[in-house]
Amino acid sequence: MFKYLLKRTFQMVFVLFIVSVIVFTMTSVIGNPVYNMLPQKATDQQIQEVVVMLGLDKPLYVQYWIFLKNAIRGEFGRSYTHFVPALGLIVSKFPATIEIVIVAMGLTILLGISLGVLAGARPKSKISKLIMFGSLAGISLPSFFMGMVYIFVFAVSLRWLPVSGRGEIGTILGIRTSLATLDGWRHIILPSMTLALLNIATIIRLVRAGMMEVMRQDFIKFARSKGVAARKVLYGHALKNILIPVVTIFGLQLGELIAFTTITETIFAWPGMGKLLIDSITNLDRPIISAYLLFVAILFVVINFVVDILYTFIDPRIDLNS
Amino acid sequence: MEERNKVLEVKNLKTWFHTFKGVVKAVDDVSFELYEKEILGIVGESGGGKSITGFSIINMIDEPGIIETGEILFEGRNIVRLSEGEMNKIRGKKISMIFQDPMTSLNPVYTIGKQLEEILILHESLSKKERRNRCIELLKAVGISNAEKRLKNYPHEFSGGMRQRVVIAIALASNPKIIIADEPTTALDVTIQAQILRLMKKLVRENNCALILITHDLAVIAEMADRVNVMYCGKIVESGYTRDIIFHHLHPYTQGLIGSIPGTDTEKKRLTTIEGVVPNMFDLPKGCKFAPRCAYRQPVCFEEEPEIRDFGDNHRAACFFPVREGAV
Repeated sequence: MFKYLLKRTFQMVFVLFIVSVIVFTMTSVIGNPVYNMLPQKATDQQIQEVVVMLGLDKPLYVQYWIFLKNAIRGEFGRSYTHFVPALGLIVSKFPATIEIVIVAMGLTILLGISLGVLAGARPKSKISKLIMFGSLAGISLPSFFMGMVYIFVFAVSLRWLPVSGRGEIGTILGIRTSLATLDGWRHIILPSMTLALLNIATIIRLVRAGMMEVMRQDFIKFARSKGVAARKVLYGHALKNILIPVVTIFGLQLGELIAFTTITETIFAWPGMGKLLIDSITNLDRPIISAYLLFVAILFVVINFVVDILYTFIDPRIDLNS
Repeated sequence: MEERNKVLEVKNLKTWFHTFKGVVKAVDDVSFELYEKEILGIVGESGGGKSITGFSIINMIDEPGIIETGEILFEGRNIVRLSEGEMNKIRGKKISMIFQDPMTSLNPVYTIGKQLEEILILHESLSKKERRNRCIELLKAVGISNAEKRLKNYPHEFSGGMRQRVVIAIALASNPKIIIADEPTTALDVTIQAQILRLMKKLVRENNCALILITHDLAVIAEMADRVNVMYCGKIVESGYTRDIIFHHLHPYTQGLIGSIPGTDTEKKRLTTIEGVVPNMFDLPKGCKFAPRCAYRQPVCFEEEPEIRDFGDNHRAACFFPVREGAV
């Protein structure tokens, strides 16, 4: 296990190095922030001063070296538009994003797995057909569209839930979050549903396919012949055998949601990381974009690492060292 | 076999599968009984309805199959129409099963200990410590050494023969009245087969348990069973004591099955085979199902289906022209 962890850590560092090179190249090549920061009638001398101030006059590899040194210390420079440290800004927006993601992933686990198991256990029943129809719709309909449909139905027409914004914010364990207040929850429901829909639909189909396969296995029949109740056969014996692909996809979904809630956050005017990213791209706010991309890369690498470790808990036949 | 108490009586069991292509009468009007401490063999070719008979007894017929009619009397009551909940109190506790392929009949993601313990949790009220001791005791009984350590192992850490021993241990765990073994040694090496069969016979005798042994291998039956049901196309064509079936069989199908057992005689003669193949279950012949393959067939065999007749001493056969004449 220790050997594996070591190997894996080395791999992660290598991946992050590659990502840092890509991020640096992309942000150094695309657009020129100097013109964005200065008024249109700035003199050549003023332009030159800003170039020197930002260190853009140095050769690229020197710039990269400085970038890397700073990045390791968590410094990506100050945002060109907000004038605060870029990473700090991202971190400050993190709770807002993570709270809708947690609720969305909670919904995904709950509904995706239970409906998937139901549909897979009795594939010919009416209820399974209904579930499969629903999941097909969930996969086909784009989430931004569903977000607007939810707003129209639940917020505008029925007036059950607020249209947008984060609502009242409370404190749990020192973290300021909407999950702490009832009003916050009312605001969270719609964006979370928007985020969750595609994931629920995907997990349903994955779980169903796995269940249909595994329910034919002898060990399921053997479990039944032992007198294990149907429900326990499904959730105790069958489910654990199909979790490998489910956990894999779930990990990818989780990373994707945290990193790219942009559309949903834009629709619901949710002040999270996604919205920050969109605004920064519009403003060519390099430090934020590069900090964000590296942040996302680390996130994915870590989640995948956790998923790999989870494999060994799910299936004893998996040996990480081989 | 003097005082013979019935533990199970199957009467006119019909298990049919309603598929798109038509109805498959996998088990069609089968009746037999099982006595205490008895080993009953059910023998026949694949597709003869042997396994479905076994699964019907514990009511584990999956769609599109359904038990159409019939009674299965166990402990004085008909268990065919029991609810799932009530059936689960019988499965594993009173009637347990052993499957063909030990490689696939254990759940790969749980330890042997957990799978053994599960059946004890379901059917016995033991403390945690008692359960553990019982698990160790069971593993020792099926000849697994180092039982305490082996409890923590996963199925993939065992060989096929060892896994089948674990499966047998699970089947025996709550002292069932009946064990149904569906081709328990077919997937094992020949050398292991004999070991496992001997073990099963010993444990069944020790635990006062009756065994229904489903197999296509008459050699296994000859070794193990007290009585035999020969099944063909969903029907019992002959039944009787093993010695009668082997030495004085009446039905041409039984004769064919016995003729196709390879002997160990020094002389290398060709094995006899049964001509033709098992008929298509969607389109069974009228009259005797075996007639198209039968060496002794007469025109009447294609017209009428022979009823099963008693030839004395529990020997019954469904044939108009039994092989051994003069028995009637």
